[in-house]
Amino acid sequence: MSAFVDTVEQKEQLDAVLSDLKVVKGSLMIAMQKAQEIYGYLPKEIQERIAENLSFPLEKVYGIATFYSQFHIHKPGKYKVGICMGTACYVRGADLLLKRVEEITGILAGQTSENGLYTVEATRCIGCCGLAPLITVGEEVFGNINADDVNRIMENYKE
Amino acid sequence: MKTLQQLQEIRDKEKIRMSIRENTGECVLTTVKKSVLICGGTGCVSGSSKITRDEFKARLKDHNLENEIEVIFVGCFGLCAKGPIVIIYPEGTFYEHVFPKDVGEIVDTHLVGGQVVKRLENKEAYDDGRNKPLFETQFYKAQQRICLKNCGHIDPENIDEYIAMDGYLAYPKCVKEMTPEGVIDVIKASNLRGRGGGGFPTGRKWEVTAKAKGDQKYIVCNADEGDPGAFMDRSILEGDPHSVIESMMIAGYACGATMGYVYIRAEYPIAVQRLLMALHQAREYGILGKNAMGLGHEFDIEVRLGAGAFVCGESSALVTSIEGHRGEPRQKPPNLAVEGLWGKPTALNNVETLANIPQIILNGADWYSSIGSPGNTGTKVFALGGKIVNTGLVEIPMGTTLRTVIEDIGGGCMNGKKFKAAQTGGPSGGCIPAELIDTPIDFDSLTEIGSMMGSGGLIVMDEDNCMVDIAKFFLDFTVEESCGKCTPCRIGNKRLFEILTRISEGKGEMKDIDEMLELSEYIKRDSLCGLGKTAPNPVISTIQYFKDEFIAHIKDKKCPAGVCTALLQYIIDKEKCIGCTLCIRKCPVDAIKGELKKPETFEVIQEKCIKCGACEPACKFKAILKV
Ligand SMILES: Cc1cc2nc3c(=O)[nH]c(=O)nc-3n(C[C@H](O)[C@H](O)[C@H](O)COP(=O)(O)O)c2cc1C
Ligand code: SF4
Ligand code: FES
Repeated sequence: MSAFVDTVEQKEQLDAVLSDLKVVKGSLMIAMQKAQEIYGYLPKEIQERIAENLSFPLEKVYGIATFYSQFHIHKPGKYKVGICMGTACYVRGADLLLKRVEEITGILAGQTSENGLYTVEATRCIGCCGLAPLITVGEEVFGNINADDVNRIMENYKE
Repeated sequence: MKTLQQLQEIRDKEKIRMSIRENTGECVLTTVKKSVLICGGTGCVSGSSKITRDEFKARLKDHNLENEIEVIFVGCFGLCAKGPIVIIYPEGTFYEHVFPKDVGEIVDTHLVGGQVVKRLENKEAYDDGRNKPLFETQFYKAQQRICLKNCGHIDPENIDEYIAMDGYLAYPKCVKEMTPEGVIDVIKASNLRGRGGGGFPTGRKWEVTAKAKGDQKYIVCNADEGDPGAFMDRSILEGDPHSVIESMMIAGYACGATMGYVYIRAEYPIAVQRLLMALHQAREYGILGKNAMGLGHEFDIEVRLGAGAFVCGESSALVTSIEGHRGEPRQKPPNLAVEGLWGKPTALNNVETLANIPQIILNGADWYSSIGSPGNTGTKVFALGGKIVNTGLVEIPMGTTLRTVIEDIGGGCMNGKKFKAAQTGGPSGGCIPAELIDTPIDFDSLTEIGSMMGSGGLIVMDEDNCMVDIAKFFLDFTVEESCGKCTPCRIGNKRLFEILTRISEGKGEMKDIDEMLELSEYIKRDSLCGLGKTAPNPVISTIQYFKDEFIAHIKDKKCPAGVCTALLQYIIDKEKCIGCTLCIRKCPVDAIKGELKKPETFEVIQEKCIKCGACEPACKFKAILKV
């Protein structure tokens, strides 16, 4: 894995966030959320920077990063493919969609493909139960679909 | 800062403009001659309603009608199954499944030409040559909207529209006409019980907070909505964020708190954005902040985002998470009302609970407690989902039967299938079998039959759903979400999950059933927080009502619903097969053999079959059977 390098802009953004948050009560999670917005994930280097700036031990930052499913400590793939595994989607056959996505991408839920193209996630209810079952690719939602539709959809996310 | 007088002026003026959305035939036409209401809830936005809105605006501009016809993005109408929905007032035409490509036709034919686009019109909403008001249609008829009153009616991004609906009248009423104790008395008399799942009386909670000693107190709104398959709170925040803000202010006055927090799931971007916008507008109007509305009190609200941990919906874990730690529950007592956020007295309420408050203040406790039954007053919002025709958001008076919800409002099961069970309370709840469909929906009746009200997820299951599989699904969820702090929950639920997995694979034994029930008792008794304490409920209730299904899996090694793959076999019906070989080509592992045009030679080689089911839909003659 290549070493983590950030751009000057990213660094400036994070510095600004951290200096604003120094005075806020209970700011650690907010800092981590903002940092993830800037970088897309929370590599060790960024966790260290947050810990140092807000005067928390690194273990504490790491502990939070691993407790909450929203935080990612590894770089996610270019396309985040989510399969809603909420109850409404599940009873309408979401597991078949998941299986198909796993077949197409060659990875299992929770993994990122080696070529960095896909991250597959079994997500919780995203609140579109009327469209169940559904998958998401990035911000796009594809609802009321079956496994064969998944092949059609994934055609658009090949490179 | 706006004075109360100025707010009243806004109210009067906006009321007139908005009267065309009443669908009563009586409205005062101002410069605005028509209203196009487009659903801007998450479900419909995912179905491209944002592009639809922009398309409407652009086309109306082309016709120079942008001042005469307003295009408004509202919150969820409720009937998500028909989304994206567009309603045009004053005529009240209800269009369903409207996509950007349809906008041109609606503008040209309807808005310019004056003719309804029949193709897109909801069939039921058009009756005997007139438009039925929305609320007379089957889906809405049995509903009563209190929390959802403004949802789908007002523009949630425009504070003036909330004000027009008597918004920000309840707070001044409290401060000017009532003492804090008086407010608490009204809430107590209304018998409002918490809608977040526990059903704890809200008035009592506020009373304890008010009486607790502390130099600082907090109001917290729980918008973490963790039940996987439920979206009531999200819809309220998306469709009517100001109602939650106003009731937090009221709670602040009643409990003596000057600061509030809303803890909301980060997975709800639209709700977060609308809430932030609403807070900003309220501050600009001087409604929120120091000397709010010039009434001499102070209250402000901060928003904190959850980060995807179900256990953070539990009140003590939530507070711990706001403080910036791992969201682990803590021992109670002390209750939050005495020792909550940063050790200070804290009143924590669910979004829907709060959304009731302004209405109770304005209309009185008697009015509220006349709805529903004693001890179970008011309404409850449910997210109706699963195998039901009308998936969506419904609000019913307490005591409405499950039958009314499923058959009348929900339109029955999809594809004419048979209703098997409904699940309420999500991973903490239980199922209600078809034979109990006449159970009234309220806290007490549901608890009596081994289910629970829960926060409002209502998932309908039909004959194709396997109850062992559903129990396993929920346990899988709780095992994943257990914070691991205490052993009964961390290990006990894992064991339950393992036993269920064994049963679903045909490796179960009869003694497993009793073992699960016994283990469940221990887990319920000994877990620290509500997550562990309720996690075995789906197992207990499925065993209670669907024991024969468990026995079929264990003794006969069969899954009657045909869901548990390990117990399934795909076979070929040689009578129906014509030997086309389509199935052979579809099978990814060459598990089907047979010679072209010789049906008698076709066979599934069971040892090779991975039960992926690819062959079944591939056969045009329905010759592949799942047994
Ligand atoms: C595991 C667990 C998850 C919970 N999730 C939620 C939730 O998502 N939303 C909610 O309002 N209450 C949730 N609750 C209930 C809260 O602990 C609390 O009782 C409730 O928010 C209090 O508000 P109310 O009295 O207005 O209902 C959850 C409880 C448990 C044990
Ligand atoms: S019951 Fe489960 S979720 Fe609750 S504290 Fe114990 S381990 Fe954590
Ligand atoms: S369960 Fe999938 S969107 Fe709600």
